[in-house]
Amino acid sequence: MSLRNIGIVYRKELMDSLRDRRTLISMVVVPILIMPLLTVGMDVLMSDVIGKAKQQIPKVMVLGGGDSPQIMTELHALKDIEIVPARSDYANEISDKQIRAAVEIPPGFDAAVQSGQQVTIKIDDYEGDLSSGLAADTLRKALRDYRDATVSRRLESRGLPDTLITPFDIKDQNVAPPEKVTGAEIGGIVPYIVILLCLTGAMYPAIDLTAGEKERGTMETILSSPVSRLHLVLGKFLMVLTASLATAALAVTSMGVSFGIGRGMLMSMASGGDSSAMQLTITLKSVLAVFGMVVPLAVLFSAALLAIALHAKSYKEAQSYISPLIPIIIVPAIVSMLPGVELNAHLALIPVLNTSLISKEIITGTYHWKFIGLIFASSCAYAGIALGIAVKLFQREDVLFRT
Amino acid sequence: MIETRQLGKRFYDKKRGEIRAVDGVTFRCEPGRIYGLLGANGAGKTTTLRMLATILEPTEGSATVAGFDVATQAEQVRRNVGFLSTATALYGRLTAEEIVRYFGRLHGMDDATISKREDVIFARLEMNEFRDRRCDKLSTGMKQKVSIARTLIHDPSVMIFDEPTLGLDVMAARTIIGFIRECRDQGKTVVFSTHVMSEVEKLCDTIGIIDKGRLLVEGSLEELRSRYRQTDLEEIFVQVVEP
Repeated sequence: MSLRNIGIVYRKELMDSLRDRRTLISMVVVPILIMPLLTVGMDVLMSDVIGKAKQQIPKVMVLGGGDSPQIMTELHALKDIEIVPARSDYANEISDKQIRAAVEIPPGFDAAVQSGQQVTIKIDDYEGDLSSGLAADTLRKALRDYRDATVSRRLESRGLPDTLITPFDIKDQNVAPPEKVTGAEIGGIVPYIVILLCLTGAMYPAIDLTAGEKERGTMETILSSPVSRLHLVLGKFLMVLTASLATAALAVTSMGVSFGIGRGMLMSMASGGDSSAMQLTITLKSVLAVFGMVVPLAVLFSAALLAIALHAKSYKEAQSYISPLIPIIIVPAIVSMLPGVELNAHLALIPVLNTSLISKEIITGTYHWKFIGLIFASSCAYAGIALGIAVKLFQREDVLFRT
Repeated sequence: MIETRQLGKRFYDKKRGEIRAVDGVTFRCEPGRIYGLLGANGAGKTTTLRMLATILEPTEGSATVAGFDVATQAEQVRRNVGFLSTATALYGRLTAEEIVRYFGRLHGMDDATISKREDVIFARLEMNEFRDRRCDKLSTGMKQKVSIARTLIHDPSVMIFDEPTLGLDVMAARTIIGFIRECRDQGKTVVFSTHVMSEVEKLCDTIGIIDKGRLLVEGSLEELRSRYRQTDLEEIFVQVVEP
């Protein structure tokens, strides 16, 4: 084994790849941009959309209520809604977003309330539509306040205290540390993105260094040099691994910056200076641990991609072989995000899914060392097998010179 | 020196079954001589030369190049061979100098030795003007010069050329032909494959006509002319291949 020769091949492949625009985009640009876009970008976009929806005064129809001046006075007093004349096709108006909600007052509402009868008010809205939901919330709150006031008046008239119907209060208190809260919110998506970028970062160099070489005619050139095929494949493999890890490292760094600085700043701007409420915590330890778990997976991806792409005669053919890998990788990563999917000894042996699940746990601050050891060992074993296959394939003339 | 004994190569193809690409080829080429393998497309020239360059492994027979066995001493063979063909392309994103240095390092040379050797080759091939230019920006002729420099950097004693002028324009082809002649004059052992008769007539000391993987006839141009009572090499070739 000549480390010198492996190093010569590696340095050349690195220099060559860093001059390839496709590799640079997948290795550097995508991971740097995707995390801020997914975190800060999405947050800013969402707060912008919600802010705009809240600023709008929604149009609301009040159906009926002609014989109930008290409730009508309450509704007309609301400043956050604009009441428009009632029409019979109110449902279509809501669907067409001409109005955002409607409230149906049953006949004789005031009289019924006065006499202590049970009556029902209906609120019509368009489920899933943000503005419609906000309008319905405004109506719901106003009607709840009116109902509470009615109850208070009734109790007062009978000389009874308010505590008669609310004997005790319920208050929620969070005991989870901040990183656990953060992990629960983003624990699934972060490993998913990192794993996916690990694959895409390795994809273009793997194709370029194998099928690309065959297509350009440089494979025969390098095979005529004294470098052994073992050294050649190891040099190429190290380059693909570098691209994969660099992509993952940049994604993790970008993630840290996005959550640590960028998000705080942007959210501070978005919320008018109060950034403390928006603070999210991912510890450096958990970021490094996730990266450590991803390393054997990057080895597996790099070796597998090299082996697959080597079978192809051209760049295009290699892309068609490798494209189906993306859903194969995405599915287990998505499964890990499903609620209720918990890590166990069986799942710890399934590649990609195991790394995704353990990374999710690590981000929430939970370290199951037994599973971490098992997953790291199994991932290393899979990576070793894939690298062995790639090395074997580089010795096969029918693969190198497939016509 | 190059020496082959009953050299053969069999492939297995799913559709066509077993294919004998090279079948019992025996020849010898001494230092300071050019051996020309003449044959049609698919005759077995490229497979033979790839075996000599240790890119492919023989399935039958044996061959020695510069005294080393191609099957058991492949690395030593490659250290003593310069292999050039139209299929041996260059790395487009590297400069001419980077490519030559890369191959020098793979041949175990240190940077100081590479620099000295590079200066001599670049001056001889008039490459200094474009030594820092990326290969994908070079003309075909310039690329051929880089390929030549790449094969010469380790000063090999054996040169193998597989249809080196295929697809080249007249000027680029002339550069290659001149270079092959120079190799012979420097005492290198040269094997050269082509299907261009005029190149064989100009260059080769010994001609071997190969067809369907078998070496059918061998001799100098004069010997072949006298044996087949023809002066035109093309006529001789047709008589040998289609008796």
